[in-house]
Amino acid sequence: MSDAPAARPSRSGSDDEGFKRELVQLIPHLRAFARTLCGDPAAADDLAQDAMMKAWDARASFQMGTNMKAWTFMILRNQFYSEKRRSWRQSQLDQEAAERTLVAVDDPEAPVALDELRQGLAMLPAEQREALILVGAGGFAYEEAAEICNCAVGTVKSRVSRARRALHGILESGSYDRDGASAGDAMRAILADAERLSTVR
Amino acid sequence: MIENMPAPDPRKPSAALDEARLRQQAIGVRLRQMFDEVVNEDVPDEFLEILRRADKTAENG
Repeated sequence: MSDAPAARPSRSGSDDEGFKRELVQLIPHLRAFARTLCGDPAAADDLAQDAMMKAWDARASFQMGTNMKAWTFMILRNQFYSEKRRSWRQSQLDQEAAERTLVAVDDPEAPVALDELRQGLAMLPAEQREALILVGAGGFAYEEAAEICNCAVGTVKSRVSRARRALHGILESGSYDRDGASAGDAMRAILADAERLSTVR
Repeated sequence: MIENMPAPDPRKPSAALDEARLRQQAIGVRLRQMFDEVVNEDVPDEFLEILRRADKTAENG
């Protein structure tokens, strides 16, 4: 590395440092969110990198102290949908491809229930899936999720509750495509695993 | 006789509700686990490399 003097004490310099530190900490979360949107891990990392760079380029418009996680998630989501609009053909294939990759990337050693949960998620409409992920896994409040998805709070609430019901139904009936598994097996496995996890945590 | 038969579901409605809630909680636990699995992965070097390069450009610009 060069032995250039440390960052000049300019105002923007120290702001950039703080911004960058926070942004770096968010990378794992951006990757996880991108993975739920794209399915394919390589495409998801491309998306997360694009979002990270967009956030970096727009750092001047970010108000330090406000919720950077929600802000970067919004950027990532916008990036995802604008790319989809640019490539109509790709968006037509998206659902099919997502289901294929969700199956393909599965670790054969992974617990059965997780496998089925991924497939169940892939069967939900995109808007329900993202709402459920943001609130149910990303730790966002309904208000924050609404901001990220650019819709009303009530809309997020209803999407999340519809997604939960649908996912429950899918897992319960075993209507996901998995040979050999009988109806209700996934739900039983999930319940058993959740019990085990709750005793560990 | 049909009218004398007991209710088809012997469970109290509240018990069924509790079970539904338990199932939703179980799905929630799984959902977080799935998400956290990726969060806990090592971040590929590429990410930091790109950011470092962008930072350099900002310093020099």
